[in-house]
Amino acid sequence: MSAIRFDDVWKEYGDHIVLERITMEVEPRAFIALVGPSGCGKTTLLRMLLGEEQPSRGQILVNSKVLPAEPDADRGVVFQRYSVFPHLTVLQNVMLGRELRDARWLGRLFGATRRAAADDAMKLLAEVGLAGQETKYPSALSGGMQQRLALAQAIMRGPKILLLDEPFGALDPGIRADIHVLMKRLWNETNLTVVMVTHDLSEAFGLATRVIALERQRNRPEERERYGATVSRDLEIFPRRTAEPRTSIDPAPAGTTRSSKEHQPGRPGALVLKEHS
Amino acid sequence: MRLVNLRPGRQTRFYLLAVPFLLVAIAYFAGSSARLAQNPNDKLLPALPSMVQAVKQMAFEADPRSGNYLMASDTVASLGRLGSALAISTVAALILGIVIGLLPGANALLGPFVSVTSMVPPLALLPILFIVMGLGENSKIALIVIGTLPCMIRDLAMKVQELPREQIVKAQTLGASTWQIALRVAMPQTLPRLIDVLRLQLGPAWLFLIAAEAIASDSGLGYRIFLVRRYLAMDVIIPYVAWITLLAFLIDVGLRLLQRKAFPWFASVRAE
Repeated sequence: MSAIRFDDVWKEYGDHIVLERITMEVEPRAFIALVGPSGCGKTTLLRMLLGEEQPSRGQILVNSKVLPAEPDADRGVVFQRYSVFPHLTVLQNVMLGRELRDARWLGRLFGATRRAAADDAMKLLAEVGLAGQETKYPSALSGGMQQRLALAQAIMRGPKILLLDEPFGALDPGIRADIHVLMKRLWNETNLTVVMVTHDLSEAFGLATRVIALERQRNRPEERERYGATVSRDLEIFPRRTAEPRTSIDPAPAGTTRSSKEHQPGRPGALVLKEHS
Repeated sequence: MRLVNLRPGRQTRFYLLAVPFLLVAIAYFAGSSARLAQNPNDKLLPALPSMVQAVKQMAFEADPRSGNYLMASDTVASLGRLGSALAISTVAALILGIVIGLLPGANALLGPFVSVTSMVPPLALLPILFIVMGLGENSKIALIVIGTLPCMIRDLAMKVQELPREQIVKAQTLGASTWQIALRVAMPQTLPRLIDVLRLQLGPAWLFLIAAEAIASDSGLGYRIFLVRRYLAMDVIIPYVAWITLLAFLIDVGLRLLQRKAFPWFASVRAE
């Protein structure tokens, strides 16, 4: 459960300004969808949140602390591709986070601790609909199943923030709908703040609590290099969507105060438009 | 049907692969019998029976002077040198390749150095090795290591760098330290690629082995070939070359098999 704050963040590559004047607050347990035309810096923003890139100006704060300059276990991620490890079986992929946490030098667990980790991993796999696939390698799974695996793998480590970089963009519509249901459940049942980059507006409005559009304010060819994209629309989904407090697959200790509730799952409601300066 | 669409079946494939081998054999024996018809004492292209006789002598009869079965002891000596040199190269390449491929700092420090050393012609270093290390086993093993290691490190570091950036980031979001990334992400995925790199270096490794044995040695397959060259003993040289080729081929097949059995996930990764 983490609040994120962007404090006048700019990103420049040399003379080229990609993002400018990004200032926004993300409340804990929010599900943010970042949308916008391609090349508008959505992914750059996500990579800064991940710690893979640093802002050129301004800062990003998580729970009032400046974001560490490299990726860590507080921020899980699912990419569109290459999110799971091809040399590990499904079960090993999910167990990896636990093994890395508990076995500092070997990176592997043995005996009882391994069995405990495997049990937890199996439960999580059943939750995401991958029961019976444990011994397969990811290449034997369909695209949708691979993304389910990637979600399970990320959640197993218990991150506070989950970052999704067009995670369902390459999936067929039917499979995508199924995985949306799963995504919604995971968000409800874990303690996550989610930030998702997507091309798909219906996906954005169908899942998120808030949709943020990035856009270049000036897009003439001679201006393109010198003016970056910024937040052009900040839409709160209405009726307000909030996470259901449940702890069934939450790897974090239960009992934390979560008193929010989801009203209308699935259907995007009316939109509340907020003008952004 | 167009040739590009014509795929040979299993049986045709077998016959087709035999064709070039048969053609070479036919050409050889035609030439051999033509020369032997002119001069029965010709040594350049010996007939099959004389080669069989020579192999029998080398492989199945103890050498009267040393009491060794020469072909076996030559093979053991050569494979010992090749094996220990390639073991050193493989282990060093694995470690250095991962370090250089994974750590930008190590790449800046060692990358250019490895690239430059891989350009040094190893055979030009042979005299130095003989002077510094003497004529024993060490200098021969060192030659093979020097000849293969820089290329293996360079190739392997490149393979590590080709691992998708997403994987390295993902591992960090699962809490992995640099050491854990190397151990659980980079190394297991590098091992099957190491086998590819090793297979590519088998040819050069044999070249350096034969060269070192030819110049200063008292045993080994290369030594034998260059020894009997003095007597124009083609009936020994040709079977020895065939035997070396067979050994190299079997090692290659063995490595390929190891790769398939030990890393079942790798085939589909490579296909991407």
